[in-house]
Amino acid sequence: MASLDRVKVLVLGDSGVGKSSLVHLLCQNQVLGNPSWTVGCSVDVRVHDYKEGTPEEKTYYIELWDVGGSVGSASSVKSTRTVFYNSVNGIILVHDLTNKKSSQNLYRWSLEVLNRDSVPTGVLVMNGDYDQEKFADNQIPLLVIGTKLDQIHETKRHEVLTRTAFLAEDFNAEEINLDCTNPRYLAAGSSNAVKLSRFFDKVIEMRYFLRDGNQIPGLPDRKRFWGGTFKNLHYD
Amino acid sequence: MSFLIDSSIMITSQICFFGFGWLFFMRQLFKDYEVRQYVVQVIFSVTFAFSCTMFELIIFEILGVLSSSSRYFHWKMNLCVILLILVFMIPFYIGYFFVSNIRLLHKQRLPFSCLLWLTFMYFFWKLGDPFPILSPKHGILSIEQLISRVGVIGVTLMALLSGFGAVNCPYTYMSYFLRNVTDTDILALERRLLQTMDMIISKKKRMAVARRTMFQKGEVHNKPSGFWGMIKSVTTSAPGSENLTLIQQEVDALEELSRQLFLETVDLYATKERIEYSKTFKGKYFNFLGYFFSIYCVWKIFMATINIVFDRVGKTDPVTRGIEITVNYLGIQFDVKFWSQHISFILVGIIIVTSIRGLLITLTKFFYAISSSKSSNVIVLLLAQIMGMYFVSSVLLIRMSMPLEYRTIITEVLGELQFNFYHRWFDVIFLVSALSSILFLYLAHKQAPEKHMAP
Repeated sequence: MASLDRVKVLVLGDSGVGKSSLVHLLCQNQVLGNPSWTVGCSVDVRVHDYKEGTPEEKTYYIELWDVGGSVGSASSVKSTRTVFYNSVNGIILVHDLTNKKSSQNLYRWSLEVLNRDSVPTGVLVMNGDYDQEKFADNQIPLLVIGTKLDQIHETKRHEVLTRTAFLAEDFNAEEINLDCTNPRYLAAGSSNAVKLSRFFDKVIEMRYFLRDGNQIPGLPDRKRFWGGTFKNLHYD
Repeated sequence: MSFLIDSSIMITSQICFFGFGWLFFMRQLFKDYEVRQYVVQVIFSVTFAFSCTMFELIIFEILGVLSSSSRYFHWKMNLCVILLILVFMIPFYIGYFFVSNIRLLHKQRLPFSCLLWLTFMYFFWKLGDPFPILSPKHGILSIEQLISRVGVIGVTLMALLSGFGAVNCPYTYMSYFLRNVTDTDILALERRLLQTMDMIISKKKRMAVARRTMFQKGEVHNKPSGFWGMIKSVTTSAPGSENLTLIQQEVDALEELSRQLFLETVDLYATKERIEYSKTFKGKYFNFLGYFFSIYCVWKIFMATINIVFDRVGKTDPVTRGIEITVNYLGIQFDVKFWSQHISFILVGIIIVTSIRGLLITLTKFFYAISSSKSSNVIVLLLAQIMGMYFVSSVLLIRMSMPLEYRTIITEVLGELQFNFYHRWFDVIFLVSALSSILFLYLAHKQAPEKHMAP
């Protein structure tokens, strides 16, 4: 059973948004009882059935790499974090629905990962401004998850959900809003569970089934410019 | 009439300080968080504004701006407001926000925060007992009682920060202490880190698969319910769950290792950056400053020891002493009064500005390091409390750096405190803090290179 294929998905977001709780919920179907700060990176594994219910069903391991820290960390921390960004097949962006700044910081997080080949001192060419072209070229599937939904009052819910819909659109990604302390949000058959499943399927497809002629992000020797296709040297 | 003009000047400056505190809060401290409770921001800015006003009044005292009666009035008023904030408002709000974070006590926030505040007041009062800071003729609820206790806490804080800063400053500036770090070291450590992560992943995969098989087979590995369930679990235990606990322990150990490796790698990157920085022009300048500061630090430790051992407290301030030396030994004649005023103004001004700036920078670093979205309110209020106490005790201690004629107003306003005690206490804590920082840095420095040598 240890010979199942694997994909690597990063879970990014500001400090305290609930990434560790989310990862624990996704992998162990249980609520995390005592969340504490993540130092460095914590990994967990989820067993996922690709194309469940069809004849082509196959089981994969999905590694969820939960990277701790904040966007404004020292450059030494940022340089160390880049070691976790190799060979990434999917990115889950987590933000806190009660904290607008964490949603805004998602742009900087995604740029930190997508730009990891450039100068490692963390000097971003675009000053963190959102650039549609970069995201259009991006081949890594993204998913936006908003946490702490239970702490949003009923009256404000509509306004918050509209804002997050725009955010997900910017990233060209699906979005899920939930509360990590309540497993029923991801109950089997709910729309959230379907979206999650679809996201993981897309990640697996990108990694294993769309090799020829397309760029595979995350290889250590990829060239230093965006866009276009290039010869890919892939090895497992 | 002049009183009105003076008051309007004071109020304008207070509003300026308030605005500055507000901006600092928004731009620096709460950069990554959303401000939902404006009370916190207001309290922080008000504390900052009133603390800065005290320093402003000292400067006015030296320069002779505004009439002395209005200065005295504003001193008293300022002091009352600051004490009110530091002793009553901030502790109450700290208790309130702390209790709001705990889900269980959410309904009865107010009574619990009042309880916390009363506990704080009790310990605050008890603080005055072991110290010989008051004469018994003072009433129980006078300003002197409150100021003396606030002064003790604030002076301790100042001395701790001072001691640590005096030792840490040359240690960070001088490149003599930089360890040699090469790119290969960093790569080797990163490789170890990734290997550890891979080991964690493979163990977690086994656990995930084992859980899935158990779930599919319908085995219940939760706590068995009912009487017979409990008896059964004592004698037999599912082999699957036993394996899981074993693997979980291994995973915990590996995760701890990965955290250590991560922190070490961060350390190496930081050292590498510092090495590169030390090769630049600015770096060389700071290196030179570092040597200078290390001499200053040794001198201060020496002076503190002498003060304690020989039980003496300086009577004259550095300005007057410096002028005396130049007049008596070097024979240069100049107008003592005129120059002493200006020089003490510059000296006191520099002390004030550097201590405010230093404190704000330290507070910001501290805040980034320990705060999270849940506790940010409580931490900011704690920082505001520390800041207020720090500034109040700076006023206490700055008295020693001023010539005699300017000291009177502080002595008058603050009442008859035992100022000498505070200076002695500062020296003691400074010495303790500096020596323990030296010990601490020495141990940290020794331990680090050995870690990297290990295969």
